[in-house]
Amino acid sequence: MQIMIVGCGKIGRDLAETLSIENNNVTIVDKNEQVVQNMSILYDVMGVVGNGTSYSTLKEAGLEDTDILIAVTQSDEVNLLTCVMARQKSKCHTIARVRNPIYSEERHFLRSELQLSMTINPELEAAREMVSILNFPNAMEVDTLGKSDIRMFRFRNPKNSMLSGEPLGVVSQKFRGTILVCIVERGDDVIIPNGDFVLQENDIVGIIAKVRDIEKFFKAIGMPFRPVKNCMIVGGGGISYYLTRLLTMHGIKVKIIEQSLSRCGELSREFPEATVCCGDGTDRTVLDEECVESMDSFVACTGIDEINAILSLYAQGKVRKVITKMNHVDFNDVIDDLNLSTVVNPKSIITQKILQYVRATRNSLESNVESLYRLRGGRVEVLEFLIKGKSAAVGVPFAELNLKSEVLVAGIVRNGSLIVPGGSDCLLEGDAVIIVTTHSGFGDITDILAETSRGDRR
Amino acid sequence: MNKRVIGWIIAWVLKLEGYLLLFPCLIACIYRDREGWVYLAFAIIAITGGYLLSFRAPRNMEIYQREGNVAVGLGWICISLYGALPFVMTGEIPKYVDAVFEIVSGFTTTGSSILKDVEALSHTSLFWRSFSHWIGGMGVLVFILMLLPARGGSHMNLMKAESPGVEVSKFVPKVKNNAGALYKIYLGMTAAMIVVLLISGMNWFDSLCITFGAAGTGGFGVLNSSCASYTALQQWIITVGMIAFGVNFTFYFLLVTKHGREAVKMEEVRAYIAIIVASAVLIAVNIHCEFPGFYESWGKTFRDAFFQVGTIITTTGYSTTNFDLWPAFSKTILFFLMIFGACAGSTGGGIKISRLILAFKTIRSQLYQIVHPRGVRQVTMSGQIVNPKTIRSCCFFLVSYFAIFGLSIFLISIDGHDFETNISAVAATLNNIGPGFGGVGATCNFSFFSTFSKIVLIFNMLIGRLEIIPILILFYPRTWKNNG
Repeated sequence: MQIMIVGCGKIGRDLAETLSIENNNVTIVDKNEQVVQNMSILYDVMGVVGNGTSYSTLKEAGLEDTDILIAVTQSDEVNLLTCVMARQKSKCHTIARVRNPIYSEERHFLRSELQLSMTINPELEAAREMVSILNFPNAMEVDTLGKSDIRMFRFRNPKNSMLSGEPLGVVSQKFRGTILVCIVERGDDVIIPNGDFVLQENDIVGIIAKVRDIEKFFKAIGMPFRPVKNCMIVGGGGISYYLTRLLTMHGIKVKIIEQSLSRCGELSREFPEATVCCGDGTDRTVLDEECVESMDSFVACTGIDEINAILSLYAQGKVRKVITKMNHVDFNDVIDDLNLSTVVNPKSIITQKILQYVRATRNSLESNVESLYRLRGGRVEVLEFLIKGKSAAVGVPFAELNLKSEVLVAGIVRNGSLIVPGGSDCLLEGDAVIIVTTHSGFGDITDILAETSRGDRR
Repeated sequence: MNKRVIGWIIAWVLKLEGYLLLFPCLIACIYRDREGWVYLAFAIIAITGGYLLSFRAPRNMEIYQREGNVAVGLGWICISLYGALPFVMTGEIPKYVDAVFEIVSGFTTTGSSILKDVEALSHTSLFWRSFSHWIGGMGVLVFILMLLPARGGSHMNLMKAESPGVEVSKFVPKVKNNAGALYKIYLGMTAAMIVVLLISGMNWFDSLCITFGAAGTGGFGVLNSSCASYTALQQWIITVGMIAFGVNFTFYFLLVTKHGREAVKMEEVRAYIAIIVASAVLIAVNIHCEFPGFYESWGKTFRDAFFQVGTIITTTGYSTTNFDLWPAFSKTILFFLMIFGACAGSTGGGIKISRLILAFKTIRSQLYQIVHPRGVRQVTMSGQIVNPKTIRSCCFFLVSYFAIFGLSIFLISIDGHDFETNISAVAATLNNIGPGFGGVGATCNFSFFSTFSKIVLIFNMLIGRLEIIPILILFYPRTWKNNG
């Protein structure tokens, strides 16, 4: 695939890295010569220096052959203009990052009239992610799979839980197949477990389950399920804006602490039902004055990662659910050592979304990537494929399929119900199938088959 | 909200009240009053109860504005509810509402009474009534601040909530020492006044009670005639005493620390003295012309005028004459003085002179802004620029003050008394004065009001003494929610 990335900020860099690793031909465009040079050295990409809104620059970067253009510069307007111009001269897919809430509300217009394939708003996506975690406060992370009510939950296995000590095969019997353990993180290892695997305390467990079964499950393993009723947000930026809007829609009371008085004014005008306080969130008195210890949840989303980390560590002893926003992921291992309960990274959410789109565009007609999640910095991928037509993997019982190692068919969604597949099950047209793997770059359902068998059947 | 620290402070208040109840016991010993046993019993209960409840200090000792205000509001309500019990138990004021009215009137330094015959009370109860003025004058929590272990700056929030005035001025770096300095000045002035009254020939019990009433700017007398039966000299002493206690205590602190020049510069004190002199002279001339027979000598005329002006502006509420019979012009002046009140940072009530000055200066700067739309002009007070926040809180005070004024008149009008009585009853309680006009005039009392009206007036007194917020905040639902 020919992919052009306009704008080499944090997200642009992350995208260039990930996409070039996945065997795409990536061209980057940026005004800053230094940045373009650095990127060309660091990653296997081509660099063009110039303004993304100029036609000649786009032409120089090979607009005619481009399949997907991703505009992720600082400015919404530049991104939109770049996409519109590219669309006029080529048939490429266009993805624009649009952060301003005004444009965000007009995304349907942007898509239909300006023929943008996708607009992406990092702050809104991060806020959505935070809301889905706050809806299930026991989990560290919640990912929605496709359009169904099936989610992937990641949580730390508590002490004396009924999950530990017995092989997973036995454990899953207890829940009558309503849940499936698909990933276990133990220390630095990421394991895709089989039926004989035995869980231990403090493992981070990823399970796939339906929303209505999860409450019973958490109760059973000794994590009482108490919904979050209120939330304190430190920092009043874009994420806070969207988060407040979503939370108040869910009936959760919000308290925002923001430093700038004028921003506080905007927020309180927008959300009269929220408590907006003007103060420095790093000032302990401000937090105590607003009774941080009696809140259900706490979200640290100031612009500075270090502050977010410290605030979260302070709040973790007092508040049930703490979410930390982190922009940098370069020091992932250090952040893991901090033992923050939930870290949300807007940048990696965006990378995931765009990657999902790119893979979906790339693959064949028979199957389609519906959703994609990358865990542990891309070491594990969770994919949902929609089976649209016949292929080597369809219609054959799993026992007869020669799957790659480190691939788990975690679930099949058929007519809205979740099937935990056994050896005798097979994929059918119209199914959505959830795959968990440590391989990367899966874009088609046949990618789960080992090379030899794929060759045979074709 | 940190409820434990509030509970702890209230336990301290109870303990303190227990000790204070021992003073009436001393009086009972001297006069061999049987009532003393009741006071002793309540003192012991309060002290033991207070000790038990405040035995373990809460882990989190932070007091923020919210906690400070709630603690002060609840503390005052508790001390009043408990302090009323001895009156009921001795049988001297059989109805509990009346007893609460009487003691709230005492602690808030109002001086309104529901007693028809003051002289019928035992010496012990008379003393407790007057002593409550003295306690309430400077503040209960300010006193406790001296005793509390000094921890952090959070005590300032308690002091801010209880002290009357626009801003709390700190003389010394530590809140604790600040409270100590205030009480030292207070104690010294009280002692001086007692001595002077004794020298003038007043008996020791009267001079004690009258001084307590004047020091707290309360106004409970020990005689049915209030101060009318004292000699001319004694009346002058009381006049000077009352006016002195209505001055901002910062003034005395500056004098004591030899900053006389700054003290003289204090705009509020100057305005206060000017208002007193001007009103007294106007009233003197007015009553001299209207009652040529009664006020023949200028000496008596000025004495009565000054005494009444002093007693009303400092919100004390003693009287040497039935000023309800005075001509309308003089009564109008007195009514305005009721609302003006004494200086901020004194023991008096009312709107406070400094707020008045600030309000007038705000009006002036608003007009200036219209004439010079781009003009920049700061509001200053005693040569220092006033923070816009202070001006806003001053405006808030005035608005809510008059709102409460109006609402209270409306509520007690249900009783069906005449208009003058209703207005002046609210003015007399909300400004912590004591007597009003008409049915609640200097020679009358508040006993004829219904229970409901008495409760309204009790709240008026508390709101007036604590300057609105600590009482109002108790009725704001968000105060009690931590996560809203």
